[in-house]
Parts: sequence; structure tokens; C-alpha cells
Amino acid sequence: MKVAVTGLNNVDSPGPGVPVIRGIKDSERFSGKIVGLIYDALEPGAFMPDVADSSYLIPYPSGGLDPFFERLAYINSIEKIDVIIPTLDAELYAFTKLSPKLAEIGIKTFLPSAEQITIRGKDKLFSFCEENGITAPKNILASSIHELYAMPSELKFPVAIKGIFYDAYIANNFEEAAAYFGKISSKWGLPIIVQEFVRGEEYNVVALGDGTGNTTGAVAMKKLYITDKGKGWAGVTIDEPQLIDISKKIIEKLEWKGGAEFEFIKDGNTGKFYLLEINPRFPAWVYLAVGAGQNLPYAALQLALGEEVENFENYEIGKIFIRYSWDLITDIKKFEEITVKGVVVNE
Amino acid sequence: MENYKIPDNLAVSEEGFLFLPATGESFTLNEIGKIVIGLLKNGSSIEEIIERLTEEFDVDEHTAEKDVNDFLTQLKNFRLVEEI
Repeated sequence: MKVAVTGLNNVDSPGPGVPVIRGIKDSERFSGKIVGLIYDALEPGAFMPDVADSSYLIPYPSGGLDPFFERLAYINSIEKIDVIIPTLDAELYAFTKLSPKLAEIGIKTFLPSAEQITIRGKDKLFSFCEENGITAPKNILASSIHELYAMPSELKFPVAIKGIFYDAYIANNFEEAAAYFGKISSKWGLPIIVQEFVRGEEYNVVALGDGTGNTTGAVAMKKLYITDKGKGWAGVTIDEPQLIDISKKIIEKLEWKGGAEFEFIKDGNTGKFYLLEINPRFPAWVYLAVGAGQNLPYAALQLALGEEVENFENYEIGKIFIRYSWDLITDIKKFEEITVKGVVVNE
Repeated sequence: MENYKIPDNLAVSEEGFLFLPATGESFTLNEIGKIVIGLLKNGSSIEEIIERLTEEFDVDEHTAEKDVNDFLTQLKNFRLVEEI
């Protein structure tokens, strides 16, 4: 069995590849090899011991789907890959689009559809939530400054001004909102999302949907340590059934297929949970779920292989992850292998 | 005087470490805090807690009552006690 995984960029804003691989390898039922697929020669996961057996450089899908597929097909001709698990937002559309072609060359995937990925987008999420009775911060899309000034009265300052893909600022008045509108739109384009600002604590859920509306597993977490980039470098599993119930409802309504992360904020005054975002892949903290008793990465592999997977009903509360950085020493030969040949093998 | 109880889901260790499983928050208690939480856990009333503190420590009833009420205000703010 060979499983290829992307997102081995275990850096300050880490990709989920390494924890996904750890989960798969932790399963007693897994015997096989891991192939790392990397976009940068220095993605640490390619060099870490007991992570990937071999890793290959691949081009960015934004450079065209044909060369991207050709490279995957070439790697497959050497490695005979059974399943690819992509873990990064930016590549998901490409893998979803290519999944029929990948199936033709014997590679299975287990991914959300292009439509599912679109619905969970920042610009569509509020409508989805409204239609399905899921509480989310009110928002409007503004494609011009005029639309921003015409924002409906139910949206009161402060508001969050967000880019369609990235970036978010809190604006306390129209002047600030207009300044952030300009800043974000010049970088990320239009429209801009003007969102009700909910003050409170953030909570996260990692989950796996089997594509029929059923939730295979879900684990809720509270970040305990947040870096200046907003990344959780420590967190604890929590017992909040509401978070799990809302997550299951979303998976049911979307018939979500694959891993996902749900980001919530709990209103400090009302105690109500607001859905902020759906990330269409496992988060980098997914190994906490494995440690708490739900090996969701391995379950995702089983689903990709068409195996039946029993739902996880429980997980251990009070399990903590503490992320750390580590200087790995290796030889320049390894770097030469990956830069010259595009592949590095870990003995 | 109102009485309070510790929420069922609050994990309290013997060392005075509190963990709220619903929110992931944790707290540490000092020696007196540990005694008060222990008594609340066993169902003691606020009067009984004040009485116990005045017996065990060199403190008059008025000061003990004020300190216990201050502590309870903190516990209420963090949702670590429920009114009964």
C-alpha cells in the first residue's frame, strides 16, 4: 500500500501533511509506504525521520492542471500510488478536478466536490448558514466603496473587514472600513466581506464526513497558545456537545466528503456559538484527534479505499497538544537529491 | 445568604487544579481556595465555609465572610460555581 500526502511544510504556519502521516502510521492496520508530495525543496516533512519514505517535488497547480497531472502520473509510474491525500486549501480544487483522471491511473482520493468547496467559501458561507439554521455572523459582500457605505443598519460597528481568501481587520467606523477595503481589495481582489464582529473565545472542530451526510468522527478543541500569526501551537480537547452537534449538522447538510475543520466563536455575552469558517481539509492539529482516540486520518484513508468505517462516538477530554520546532540536521546530499532529481529518499 | 455548588463537569484535582472541560479553561487555586472549593464540592453552605475558615485560621468572621464573597465573585465570573 502506498499513500501520497501533501502539505509537508512543517513550518511556523504548518501544513497538515506530517500529522496526517503520523496518524496513518500510528494505525496498527497500516502497512505500507508514504510518499510525500512537496512544493518546496525545504519542506521539513520530506527530511524528517519516520514520516515520508520518499518525497517528490511537484509543481503548483496554478501553473496549469496538465503539467501538474503529468508530474503526478510520472511519480505514480515509479511509486504505484494507491491513494493521494491532499491537505492544503490552495490545491484542493485541482485534486478534486483531477480525481477522475487520477482514478484512471489507479489513484484513489476522498475529497469534497467542487460545489461543496464553493459553498463553504467565505462569500457563500453565510447564505448556507441562513438556509440551514446555523448561527453565523451576519455579513454582506461589498464590491465597491459605495456598497460598503450602503451597509445595512443591522450591521453595527465594529465590523470585520475580510478578504475573499485571506486577511481580516476590525473597523470601528466607516473611515477605517474604507481604508481596510482599499488595503484588502488591492491585495486579494473583490468582493470584500463585511462581517458582524462577535466578541468572544474561538473554538475549533476537526471532523471527517463520509460523503453521505454521516459524520465518521469529530473532535472539539480550544487553543491554549496562539502565535502572532494566529496559529494554535497548543490546544486541549474539550467536552462541548453543541460544537459537535453543529459540526455534524453541517456535514449532514453538505453531505461533506473528506476531512474538515470548523472554526467557531462563542459570544462572550450570550454563550452562543457562531460558525466563522469551514476549512475543506484536516487542520494541522489533527494529530490531537488521533491522540484523543479518533484516528481520523487513517479513517479517511479507509474511506478512500472503499472500506467500511465505524463512526467514532467518543474521544478523551483534556488531551493536550503542544507543538514545537526542532532543528533537523541532515547532509547537503539530501538537499542535492531533491533539488537536482526532484526526489529524496529517507532510508 | 445564597448557596452555591460546583458544576458537575468541573474537574478538580487534589493539587487545586481546575479544568473546565466545556471551554478548555484551567485555573490554579491557593491553599484557602482549595479548602473552599473542597467544601463547596461536599455540599457545604456558605455559612459553614465561613465557620470552618474562622475555626481553622486566625481570622474574624467579618473578614472571612468578605474574603469568601470576593472569592465567590471570582468563581461566578469564571462560571466555576452555580447558584442553588
